[in-house]
Amino acid sequence: MKRSIEITLNGEKRAVEVEPNDTLLEVLREKMGAKGPKVGCDRGDCGTCNVLLDGMSVRSCLILAIETDGSEIVSIEGLCPDGPGPLQDVFVKNNAFQCGFCAPGITVSAMELLNNNPEPTREDVVEAISGNLCRCTGYTPIIDSILEVSKKEKSR
Amino acid sequence: MAIAHEFEYIKPSCLADAIEALARNPGKATVLAGGTDLVGWIKEDFITPETVIDIKGLSQLREITLDGDTLRIGALVTFNQLIESQLVIQRIPLLWESATVVACKPVRNRATLVGNLCSGIPCCDSGPPLLAYGATIVVDGPNGTRKIAAKDWFLGPRRTARSAAEIVTAVEVPVSGPESAGCYIKLGRYRGEDLAQVSVGVLATKLGFRVAFGAVGSTPLLAPKIEAVLGVPDSLNEAKIREAQELVEEEISPITDVRATLEYRMHMAKIMLKRGVETAAKRLSGRCPAYGTRLI
Repeated sequence: MKRSIEITLNGEKRAVEVEPNDTLLEVLREKMGAKGPKVGCDRGDCGTCNVLLDGMSVRSCLILAIETDGSEIVSIEGLCPDGPGPLQDVFVKNNAFQCGFCAPGITVSAMELLNNNPEPTREDVVEAISGNLCRCTGYTPIIDSILEVSKKEKSR
Repeated sequence: MAIAHEFEYIKPSCLADAIEALARNPGKATVLAGGTDLVGWIKEDFITPETVIDIKGLSQLREITLDGDTLRIGALVTFNQLIESQLVIQRIPLLWESATVVACKPVRNRATLVGNLCSGIPCCDSGPPLLAYGATIVVDGPNGTRKIAAKDWFLGPRRTARSAAEIVTAVEVPVSGPESAGCYIKLGRYRGEDLAQVSVGVLATKLGFRVAFGAVGSTPLLAPKIEAVLGVPDSLNEAKIREAQELVEEEISPITDVRATLEYRMHMAKIMLKRGVETAAKRLSGRCPAYGTRLI
């Protein structure tokens, strides 16, 4: 049975009709137009569907949309409303991604880390993105970029 | 991608309503907390509930409290809440260390300790520490509250002592005993989302060791024969550790599956036992390595 829920998506409060068995990922992509979170493994393994739910990174493929009634969700679109931010600029400069499929999820994980810990160690960065699979890069340029932007922000 | 199976979703605001909803449809209703196992299982049609009861409205289950000699962890406490809790770090660091290697941050933001127990998977990371601590699982149902010892909780792969009409409300860990130190080691194919190929949890007090394994039997299991030969930490030596390693083959019964072969699990369990026992003993005497150090 359809039910109307209210989600604040990327700062905008919106009502959306959902079925109990709709996942958050489906609703974000198919009903709310947020195509940033990707459908990868669709079983919680790959991290490309990561979004921030009330400020914390979560797998949107493992959450029922109906559970998030009244919540605040930020997807990759909401992390850079005015175009690429400092983190994305460094990702681009370092050619940190190749195909880019994992990029939205990794950016969400990295932003959660930097929001909570502006001066992470390399170990902190590795732990923060350990739930994100990238099949192109071997992770090194991604880790380097996250460390680089944290140092740049610090020196401002 | 979509979940084909249809169900009703309810979110009660008190425990009595949740228990009633579960009792109304025994066996056909299921409890949802973090959902990191449950949603996947519904997707795969591994379970097909008619009703999903979301207990996240029961805010009294969100707390970690110290009540006298018992540390109580509510059913909605997530692994990341455990990791951030000073009470957990200071009083039950073995459980803390195991929480740090559960899946990855976005899963730990959602997954609960109690959900991990209820899923009852043989490789669950909370099994060995809670067995070693002698924890108790608190369940509520139509017939009231009952407490189940961790050692009686796991009955087989994905089978636990909880009846279909019961809800787990908390885990209680005794913290009154002598000073203790622990060590949890998890072997996985890669760091991040993977489940354990083998895990070992060791708890040391001046009175002796508790040793528990995960992913090497149909449930997480205690290893009493190994505990007996290890004796007390003060008199631990190489010979006793070798003897304990020889007993591993009697205590565990691993299988070959997609994550590892039987032989590899058996071999690594012996190595991890030695490291776990030595590390727990060192930590008991106040020496390094710090909790959270990767030992494998």
